[in-house]
Amino acid sequence: MALPSGTFNQSYAQDMAIFRTKTQWILLFAFLAFLFTCPLYSGDRILTILTIIGITVISVHGLNILTGYCNQISIGHAGFMAVGAYTSGMLTAHLGWSFWAALPCAALMAGLVGILFGLPSLKVKGFYLIMATIAAQFIIIWFILQFRNITGGGDGLAVPRPEIGDFVFKSKASYFYLVMIFACLATFAATNIVRTRAGRAFIAIRDNELAAEVMGVNLWAYKLLAFFIGCVFAGVAGALLVHYVAFATVDQFPFMNSVWYLGMLIVGGMGSTAGVIFGVVSLKLLDELVVIVGPMLAVVVSPQAAASLSLIMRGLIIIIFLIFEPRGLAHRWQMVKAYYRLWPFSH
Amino acid sequence: MTFFLQLIVSGFSLGMVYALIAIGFVIILKCSKAFNIAQGHFVMIGGYLGFTFLVTFHLPVWASLLAAIAVAIVMGLLIERLTLRPLIGQPVLAVIMMTIALATVFEGLATLIWGGEYKAYHGVLPTITLRIGEISVPPEMLIGIMVSVVTVAILMLLFRYTKSGLAMRATAEDEQVVQSAGIRVTTVYALSWVIACVVGVISGIILGGVSGVMVGMSQVGLKAFAVVLLGGVNSIGGAIIAGITLGMLENIAAGYLDPLLPAGGGLANIFPFIVIIIVLVFRPHGLFGLVEIERI
Repeated sequence: MALPSGTFNQSYAQDMAIFRTKTQWILLFAFLAFLFTCPLYSGDRILTILTIIGITVISVHGLNILTGYCNQISIGHAGFMAVGAYTSGMLTAHLGWSFWAALPCAALMAGLVGILFGLPSLKVKGFYLIMATIAAQFIIIWFILQFRNITGGGDGLAVPRPEIGDFVFKSKASYFYLVMIFACLATFAATNIVRTRAGRAFIAIRDNELAAEVMGVNLWAYKLLAFFIGCVFAGVAGALLVHYVAFATVDQFPFMNSVWYLGMLIVGGMGSTAGVIFGVVSLKLLDELVVIVGPMLAVVVSPQAAASLSLIMRGLIIIIFLIFEPRGLAHRWQMVKAYYRLWPFSH
Repeated sequence: MTFFLQLIVSGFSLGMVYALIAIGFVIILKCSKAFNIAQGHFVMIGGYLGFTFLVTFHLPVWASLLAAIAVAIVMGLLIERLTLRPLIGQPVLAVIMMTIALATVFEGLATLIWGGEYKAYHGVLPTITLRIGEISVPPEMLIGIMVSVVTVAILMLLFRYTKSGLAMRATAEDEQVVQSAGIRVTTVYALSWVIACVVGVISGIILGGVSGVMVGMSQVGLKAFAVVLLGGVNSIGGAIIAGITLGMLENIAAGYLDPLLPAGGGLANIFPFIVIIIVLVFRPHGLFGLVEIERI
């Protein structure tokens, strides 16, 4: 039930359309209008949360193309974000480049590093690839720490805020707009990349690598392309993150973040653009819930215990989703939609 | 020269413990094709259990070991029954994600129960001092090597000569055929998780006796992955040889290269990952692993 009852596709263009009915268009514009007027009626705290959600959405879109569509599992995504972050940070801080020139370089650099660590994917898959990407995460962070005279090492690196002409993206609201524009572009790009020839090749590789190769999909090129695209998204997200905080440290890109990005994909639903947004928003909001409930818990138990309880809860959420809803929230959302469209004749 | 030999010897003893951790990993892999990211966390829990029984409860060494093994058995059974059995038939990623989630839960539990602090129990485990000329073998390590050797021997015998060992090897080969031959696959899985937990806990107690325990100790699991990949994922013998090799190489690399690097090096932490990448690019099935042939 991809379409509401009574709607039929009569042309190829209609078949390909993402937004098929007027209602969908109205909902889209209503959502965009709501999103871009958020700063008018929400405080700094909420804007910060939304900005971080936007940055994470960009990053997880990349991971979704790589893992959800091409089945090349990566647990080093935070490491690739760090590559983009430090590239952009060093170019703007040391060489005085503008953010707008540094951002494409950051994306390109992250993509190239992604290709480098994606090389093992030509020979291995599944667990082996996971190990390669975990290795990527640790090696990247180690390199950043070693080259301390240009990256700042453990002390971090002060990064300027982006600017257009005389306007500096200094306030929370202005940066919120910047991030949201990028997040919308990323969502648009991610949706459409998987509808291209390359996207279909990714899906073929995911479903059966050997069969895809026999059908003429160039595994070598497309796997590396998937790594490149996935890491470009990560690079952009990383650059946006450090320019937002105006400071770059390796602590912003911990190993657990890489794991948690994959967790977001699982909760949201792999191989679905909507799933990315569902996953990121729900888990980030959960994090905020932990921030709010944590101090209340800390009154009852020790603060340390409260912190470990939140860790346990995160693990349990992934466990529960894996057992009871392995296809994620996006699938559940589809079911709800189908139920609503077919009601009261559900067969 | 003495420095070199000293590095070799301490690397050897460290490598033996790596091998033990890696074996726990290989056993689960051999039976259920599941990659257990949480193996390092079993080791960490083992270290804390050792602390609890040896220091908090003042039990003798043999009683502590038995108690820890009992806890490990219960842990293994619970993990298999509650989290992994529902995933039978699911893709590999689901199982890997499950073990990652388990790792997170264990980390939280360890911080909750033991406070996540550094705990040491030096000198509680029996020690044997051995000096060959200028080189001294780290005393706690020697007992570790012995325990490792005994455990490995038992496991190899189990796999080769017992009926359950045969069932485990057969399950690794083909789950459906085994089921049609009347072997309960779930029992085999449970057994493999129990063994992995026990092995992890034992190596945790050994490592804890040498260098103390903390939550970050689970990182040692990542080194075990390097061992596993180097040795070939389905070879116990490979895990032993690779463990010793990696332990030595890591010590030598850290001993000689760290002083040359800026920012204090820390090469020992990153070394396993460099090994992983090199192995994966050039010899993905490891030194002794089977080359898998795929069919559509």
